[in-house]
Amino acid sequence: MVDIAFGPSPGNRPDPSAPGAAYLAMQRRKRLYGGVIALVFVLLLAAGFDSAEDRNAGGFLSGLAQLDDFPREVLAEAWAKRANLPALMWASLPSLLETVNIAAVSTLVGSLAACLLSLLATRGLARWPRLTPVFRRALDAMRAIPEVVIALILIYVLGSGPIPAMVAIALHTTGAMGKLFSEVAENADLKPVEGLASVGANWSQRMWLGVIPQVAPNWLSYALLRFEINVRASAILGFVGAGGIGYDLKIAMQWGGGRYDTVVAIFLVLFATIVVIDQFSDRLRHRLVKGATP
Amino acid sequence: MTAIAHPLGPALVTDFQRRKVKAIAIPLTVLLYLVFTFFAFDVPHLFAKARLDNAAILASDFWSYKTHVTRDNRTGKVSAAVEGETRGAYPAGKLPDWVTQTGDTTAIDLGQGHLVTYDISGARYIVPGYGTIDIRPKDGNLDVTAPAPMPDWINASPSRVSVTTDAGRFAYTRAKVETFRYFAGWELFFFTLDSPFGWKTWPELVALALWGDRIDPARSNIAGMAQDFWHNPMWHHADVAGAIFETLLMAFLGTIGGALIAFPLAFLAARNMNSLSPLRFLLRRVFDFTRGVDGLIWTIILSRAFGPGPMTGALAILITDAGAFGKSFSEALENIDEKQVEGIRSTGANTLQRARFGVLPQTVPVILSQVLYFLESNTRSATVIGAIVGGGIGLLLTQAIQTQKDWEEVAYYITLIILMVMAMDTLSGWLRRKLIKGA
Repeated sequence: MVDIAFGPSPGNRPDPSAPGAAYLAMQRRKRLYGGVIALVFVLLLAAGFDSAEDRNAGGFLSGLAQLDDFPREVLAEAWAKRANLPALMWASLPSLLETVNIAAVSTLVGSLAACLLSLLATRGLARWPRLTPVFRRALDAMRAIPEVVIALILIYVLGSGPIPAMVAIALHTTGAMGKLFSEVAENADLKPVEGLASVGANWSQRMWLGVIPQVAPNWLSYALLRFEINVRASAILGFVGAGGIGYDLKIAMQWGGGRYDTVVAIFLVLFATIVVIDQFSDRLRHRLVKGATP
Repeated sequence: MTAIAHPLGPALVTDFQRRKVKAIAIPLTVLLYLVFTFFAFDVPHLFAKARLDNAAILASDFWSYKTHVTRDNRTGKVSAAVEGETRGAYPAGKLPDWVTQTGDTTAIDLGQGHLVTYDISGARYIVPGYGTIDIRPKDGNLDVTAPAPMPDWINASPSRVSVTTDAGRFAYTRAKVETFRYFAGWELFFFTLDSPFGWKTWPELVALALWGDRIDPARSNIAGMAQDFWHNPMWHHADVAGAIFETLLMAFLGTIGGALIAFPLAFLAARNMNSLSPLRFLLRRVFDFTRGVDGLIWTIILSRAFGPGPMTGALAILITDAGAFGKSFSEALENIDEKQVEGIRSTGANTLQRARFGVLPQTVPVILSQVLYFLESNTRSATVIGAIVGGGIGLLLTQAIQTQKDWEEVAYYITLIILMVMAMDTLSGWLRRKLIKGA
């Protein structure tokens, strides 16, 4: 009892005459721990850098010196043939359209699937409350599989084309959106749902009229952000053989010198598209979340 | 019933009508767009060129393997090999226990009553419920005797006879006769047949590991097992583990490196930290540029300079993420509560101290949570970038898919990737909860 009332054993008791000492000791200990963690972290980074350097074909420092070789070579050739650029950019528009279409369709399909799955996976809203963990795990699994895996397998079965990329991105979008959508839906006000239930609305009516109007702005904003991400993803998947502008880029790159003007044209078109979509979705999202500006 | 006689009535009605039109028009546009892409992507012809046989091979290879029992018809030598590969071959004089050899006759039991016999005169396949298919080579042609009518799972021509049943597959050509028997699971996943442990059952292995005599006097049984498993020549577990490590390394170095570079720059790009607006503008455009030039493009440029490997992948992630982090960190810095900074200033703190004690405590949770989130999503990107840049598990996977042979390896890699991503997901979630209390 005495120990509890007056602290630990007499020897270990902080000296009451110097109240700052205990605080300073704690500070020192904290600083020590922080220092040790920082040291471990730096060592980890250094070791990681070292082993990445080891496993890489070219070294970091030697590579740094030739970092601008390739861009310079490409740009020099493109500059020499700059008259071709507008025509080449115009010619790459159909495949750009395919890339954007892949992204748009997969965002649409993925978000629609995510709408349904996320409601089924949200506690308090689910149609079958016992099955929520099942739907949650299903969404996790869809999110975990990288797009390139599904795309490559589907290319093997279906042949190269936009569909494998579309399905791959849509699946991943479903998983990623499902999680975010369900987080939004969890915070929805349940009173409208109760009101609808009291007049005999069934589950789909309760969701459509009671939940969706509350969450739609946030969901749309997430879907727009996803569209941005998916345009990049579909360009990358083109590079592994799924069609679109990524595929054209790969072909032009493999050709090497002589077709660098095409490479630059595709770079420019892709960069411009990404920036435009970025800006557009930024504006739209701002308006959706903060309300329309008068 | 009278019409609504309220001053707002007509406005309400038109508003409702506008909403009604919207409610129909938006889904209709979406539908029209989907129909358009349906034809733009050529879905109707998709199934015409789809290789469903490929899908069948893929699906069966994912969960099963076959053992080939082959007789060379010229020398009469019988051999057995898992998947027909030399690395899976049974050693000379040793055959699976469902194959019995007496003199020149080889009997292969395919299970369910299916029995194949090779002998000097040719080969026989007894299919239960159908009868015996008897094949004898004669003057360079194959003479087939089978109960009529010949079903379509028997494919017979003078130079080649093949039979496909539920129990297995059988093929006779002039050069050789082959029987495939299918088994569930991934073949020789732990030990290959040239390892002394490849022949043991699970209880035997446990017994050997715990108290059995040393099979190889030079090493203990457990060490031997670990070594033979780790250097399994068919599955290359050591290389696969190395590739996973490379992928994680790319994600780790890229994310942390990007964050470390973006952190000080974010201070210079935040409106309330730096009053030099041209510098701010410049930095923001730099962030936009590294973010906007896609990771794909950085990967290509960097792989020309640094060659294939994890360092290149890490740098590509680093550059893209530095832009993304720079933008979001500076936004986090602009959103801080100025009162705390003012409080610190009132004690006479200089700029560095104000940043350390006034700004950092507010922003670190946001920044940390973002970094952890990126770390998790970069594990996935590192897989894809690895496929392009030539490193990590992504490369192994694309190679395995492009050779179109070892689909069980593809299944193995996919399983590992999913486990890796889920583990990173759990780890980053756990760290987020640990480090950011109350978030």
